[in-house]
Amino acid sequence: MSEPRVEPPAVWADRQTRSRAGLLVARIGTFCLVELQKLRHDRSELVTRAVQPVLWLVIFGTTFSRVRAIPTGDIPYLDFLAPGVIAQSALFVAIFYGIQIIWERDAGVLTKLLVTPTPRAALVAGKAFAAGVRSVAQAVIVIVVAAVMGVALTWNPLRLLGVLVVVMLGAAFFSCLSLSIAGVALRRDRLMGIGQAITMPLFFASNALYPIEMMPGWLKVISHVNPLTYEVSALRGLLLGTPTNYWVDAGVLVGSAVAGIVCAAALIGRLAR
Amino acid sequence: MTSAVDIRGLSYSFGSHRAVDDLALAIEPGECFGLLGPNGAGKTTTIRLLNTLLPLQAGDVAIFGRSVRTHAMLVRRLIGYVPQQLSIEGDLTGRENVEWFARLFDVPRRERNARVDEVLDMVNLRGDQSRLASTYSGGMVRRLELAQALVNRPALLVLDEPTVGLDPVARDSVWRRVAQMQRDHDMTVLLTTHYLEEADALCDRVALMHKGALRALGAPDDLKAAAGVHATLEDVFRHHTGETLDEADAEKGGLRGVRATRRTARRLG
Repeated sequence: MSEPRVEPPAVWADRQTRSRAGLLVARIGTFCLVELQKLRHDRSELVTRAVQPVLWLVIFGTTFSRVRAIPTGDIPYLDFLAPGVIAQSALFVAIFYGIQIIWERDAGVLTKLLVTPTPRAALVAGKAFAAGVRSVAQAVIVIVVAAVMGVALTWNPLRLLGVLVVVMLGAAFFSCLSLSIAGVALRRDRLMGIGQAITMPLFFASNALYPIEMMPGWLKVISHVNPLTYEVSALRGLLLGTPTNYWVDAGVLVGSAVAGIVCAAALIGRLAR
Repeated sequence: MTSAVDIRGLSYSFGSHRAVDDLALAIEPGECFGLLGPNGAGKTTTIRLLNTLLPLQAGDVAIFGRSVRTHAMLVRRLIGYVPQQLSIEGDLTGRENVEWFARLFDVPRRERNARVDEVLDMVNLRGDQSRLASTYSGGMVRRLELAQALVNRPALLVLDEPTVGLDPVARDSVWRRVAQMQRDHDMTVLLTTHYLEEADALCDRVALMHKGALRALGAPDDLKAAAGVHATLEDVFRHHTGETLDEADAEKGGLRGVRATRRTARRLG
C-alpha cells in the first residue's frame, strides 16, 4: 500500500477518538443501558427468574431454620442464607449469559458489534456489566423478599450500594466465564450442558448455604478458590455485619472480573469465524 | 487519487479450502460497486476481510488509504455494514436499535438525537420508531439495519446480500433508498447480490467472482457488450465461468443464505 494517505473528508470530522479508559467506560455504559431497555420492555423474565431464589428462602430457609442443623452462631439460619441466595440468583443469571452471545452470533448481531469501533475487551466488559445489571435487578427482588420474611438486613444506603457493586462484580466474572465457555463450545446446547454441570458445584462449593468451617478439607480448598465464596462473604458482611476482610473480597472479585474479561476477549472472536 | 477500497493479493483459506484466491481490485470514492457470484464464490469472505471481522492471511486491504491490518479501529469508523442476515435486536424498539449504534460509533451526544431522527426519516421508519423491532416486517428490518449502518455517516457502505429473503416490493424499497443515499451523501457503496438485474441497474462497476477468484471486472454495459449482442450479466457470468449462476449455486449447496435469512425473519416474528 504505497499510495499517500488522503486527509479525511470533512464529514469524518466527528470521528473523535476516546482514550482507552474512556472508550471502556462508554461501552460499558452503552451495554448496561441496552440491558435496562430490554428489561423495561419485558419484565416477565425478572418474575420467572425470581421464583427459584424465593423458593430457596421460603422452603429451604424456613425448614433448615427449624432443624437447626447448620451452626451459624448468633445469626438465624434464614438471615445467614439470604446473602447466599442473592449471590446464587446473580450466579444463575450470569452463568447462562453466554447463551445470549451465541444467540447474537446466530442472529448476526455479534457480527455487527464486532465491526463497530469497540475493542474486544470493551465489548466483553460491556456485556459482563450488562449481565450485572440483570443480576442487580434480581438481587433487589431477593432483598425485598428477604426483608418481608423478617431477615434483619441493613438499610444503610452506602452498604446497600456496596451490595450492588459486589453483585455487579460477581456477575461480571461469572458472565465472562460463560462467554469464555461460549467461545470454546460455540453451540447453545453445549453451553447449556456445561453451564448446568458447573452451576451447582460452584454453589455448593461456596459458603452460600453453610459455613466453610463445617466443610471437609478438600471442599474447603475448592471453596477458597471459588470467587462465589468471596462474593457471599462480602454480601454477608455488608447486609448482616458479619466479620469479613473486605479488601480480600474486593481484591478477589475485581481480579477475577479482570481475568475473566481478558480470557473472554481472547475467545470471543472464535464466535465470528 | 487514493481508492476507497484497495485490495491487493488477497488470499484466505479455511483449512484446505481456498475461499479467496489472490484477489486484486480497487473501488473509487463515490462509486457503487457490485461483487457478484454464486454461493461460495468468496464474496462474503472478502467483505469480512475488509471490515476486519477476519484476520488477513495474505495480501492487504486499505480503506481510504488505511490498511485494515494496522488501522482496524479507524477502518471500522469509516464503514457502515449491513450483513447478510437480518440482524437487529428484537427486544428493543426501532429507535433504540439505532441509538445503540450511534453510541457504539461515538456520535457526539449533542448531535445524537438529530442524527437518529435523520436516518430514521431517510429509511422512512420514523412513524414506527417506538415499536419493538420484533414486530417489524423483513423489509422494515432491512431498512432499520440501513439506518444503523448510516447513523455514523460512513464513507463506505458495505451491503452483503441486503435483499436476500425479501419480497420484490421490499427489495425495491431497499435499493431505492440505497441509491438515494449514495446520491445525497456521495458515499462509496460496495454490495454483493445474487440478483444480477439489480446489480445491472445500480452499480457503476461490477466484479464477477467464482471459486474465490476474480473472473471479470468492469462497467455492466461494457461487460455485456464484450459477451455479445443483447447479453445480460447472467450471460457474462456464463461467458467467464462456463456455467450459470444457478448451476454454480447448486454446486455449493443452494440458497443457504436465503434459508438462514428466512429463519432469522421467522425468529424476529
